[in-house]
Amino acid sequence: MPSRPKSSRVDTAFHATLVLAGLGVATVLAGVAWEVLSLSGEALSKGGIGFLTGTTWDPVTEEFGALPALYGTLLTSAVALVIAVPLGIGSAVFLSEIATSRVATVVGVLVDLLAAIPSVIYGLWGLFVLAPLLREHVQPAVQAVFGDFPLFAGTPLGVGYGTAGLLLAIMVIPVITSVSREVLRAVPETQREAATALGATRFEVIRGTVLPYARRGLVGAVVLGLGRALGETMAVTMVIGNRYDISASLFAPGYTLAAVIANEFSEAFSPHYLSALAGLAVVLLGTTLILNAGARLLVRGVATGGARKNGDRHRFSRKSVSVPISVPSSDPGKEAPDGRP
Amino acid sequence: MSLASILVPVPGRSDAPRQVVTPPPAMTKDAPRTAKMVIESLTAYYGSHAVLRNVSLPVVERTVTAVIGPSGCGKSTMVRCLNRMHEIIPGTSVSGRVLLDGLDVYGRHLDPIELRRRVGMVFQKPNPFPTMSVRDNVLAGWSLTGTKPPNADDVVENALRRAALWDEVKDRLKAPGGSLSGGQAQRLCIARALAVQPDVLLMDEPCSALDPIATARIEELIHELASTVTIVIVTHNMQQAARVSEFTAFLYMGDLVEFGDTAGIFTRPSDPRTEDYITGRFG
Ligand SMILES: Nc1ncnc2c1ncn2[C@@H]1O[C@H](COP(=O)(O)OP(=O)(O)O)[C@@H](O)[C@H]1O
Ligand SMILES: [Mg+2]
Repeated sequence: MPSRPKSSRVDTAFHATLVLAGLGVATVLAGVAWEVLSLSGEALSKGGIGFLTGTTWDPVTEEFGALPALYGTLLTSAVALVIAVPLGIGSAVFLSEIATSRVATVVGVLVDLLAAIPSVIYGLWGLFVLAPLLREHVQPAVQAVFGDFPLFAGTPLGVGYGTAGLLLAIMVIPVITSVSREVLRAVPETQREAATALGATRFEVIRGTVLPYARRGLVGAVVLGLGRALGETMAVTMVIGNRYDISASLFAPGYTLAAVIANEFSEAFSPHYLSALAGLAVVLLGTTLILNAGARLLVRGVATGGARKNGDRHRFSRKSVSVPISVPSSDPGKEAPDGRP
Repeated sequence: MSLASILVPVPGRSDAPRQVVTPPPAMTKDAPRTAKMVIESLTAYYGSHAVLRNVSLPVVERTVTAVIGPSGCGKSTMVRCLNRMHEIIPGTSVSGRVLLDGLDVYGRHLDPIELRRRVGMVFQKPNPFPTMSVRDNVLAGWSLTGTKPPNADDVVENALRRAALWDEVKDRLKAPGGSLSGGQAQRLCIARALAVQPDVLLMDEPCSALDPIATARIEELIHELASTVTIVIVTHNMQQAARVSEFTAFLYMGDLVEFGDTAGIFTRPSDPRTEDYITGRFG
């Protein structure tokens, strides 16, 4: 048999398999969204916008408002990112740019192990180690310094938004580190050499060349971390305090969307209650999608709009962290676009 | 031609700033030439493996010196020793001396950062910064190091003109640095190197990724630049060496086999290995 038809048949089969796999993913996604949406239909149509803005969650009177849980999800994720982004990207820079290859390998394996620890273990550690530590030592000390500052007000309980955010940060750091490290490693050596040959120090090479080159990938790493923080259920449920309330204090107990769903799903007997929980799932899904899209727009904005905005501003002071100003036509993972012949 | 006939060290004071080179007879037009850089007994290692052994040669001021030799013979390593780019690769080391205006670049008087501003470099593959505009690429030597040129617009125009790129990009200085063609990108890299006013420009096979027309433009440019900067160009294209350079060094397996004026090397090579190489018998 001539080889050509055979190879083209193999090609077709391969192609078809890939298309099927792609369609499969899309179908599952659409299926999940549809299921959750239809299940939540009753609660959403009855509550309307009130479902999103309501602050009461009462299964007895069947009054359901998602705001406190949404607030908890956003606040804990924000706390987590504020801590995890600098530390995660910082350790990635260390691993890829500064550490010797042996140190980088050992630490890299440890980081990957951390990323793989099941979240219930983080939760147990958070409940039995982190929460008492915060309650007895850290929170009183912070209050001694800041006094009645609302962000740190209230009785130190050990559990609450702050504890959950901190625990989430610890869980998210390995994710951000691990992805960012790969992103930074993909920055071509020729970029570092170009900057070094111009007389830049190692720090200046990283700040002015490596990080701008890698910025899209780094945002991707942060988005992955954010995804984990938003959806994390088990560990958060164990340390957030599970009180359906909104408080400005990081020391106050609260709730998150995922934690409410996990805690109450098994007790939701009335169809309306079940529907309200599905409504929370819709809110969580929507939040994730919106934040994801927002992050993408942000990168694009930084990449294009920044060029005009920063074009005429002088960019020579040591302070101004080098601004990424224009879109490279390639992915960060690829070599710098080298020219057409 | 032996090195001894070219290198005449200044007697007496060891910190003498210059060394005088007696030119080969073919080019005695304008009297003694000074050596901008002098390489003395340079040996370069990757780990414990010496890939360059005991190389000595002068780099004459405001001329083009070509470094030729088969692939892997140590050409890149040699030029990277001139601006201390060799040492950024972990595990590397050098012995011997490299003088810039009489000062040892590996000595205490010159730090590598300062050295690299005075000895610029252009790489084999054009490597503009894709996240910067054309203009910011030219200014990168300043902005990366947190300094500001006296007049940025002049610096940009001047560097781009010297790199023969101004007319092509003057209307799109804000375009991304990655949007240029290969030849333009390489000239942008040359402009970027020139913008910090280096005395010496090292070029490591600057045309090997370019098409013949772009190559011709760069060669022409090298000619023009040689009146203001000292150029060392690595090439494994012998016609290119013959076209652009005044002096040629032939490296073979880490040894400097022959150094002299280009015409002499190409017409009357004194070493059989040089002759074999330039007649295409190996490499
Ligand atoms: N990073 C490196 N690590 C180890 N050996 C290297 C490295 N780079 C180059 N070499 C070796 O050094 C020798 C000279 O390399 P190079 O200077 O790049 O040669 P050329 O530029 O003449 O082709 C080669 O044998 C090469 O294998
Ligand atoms: Mg080379």
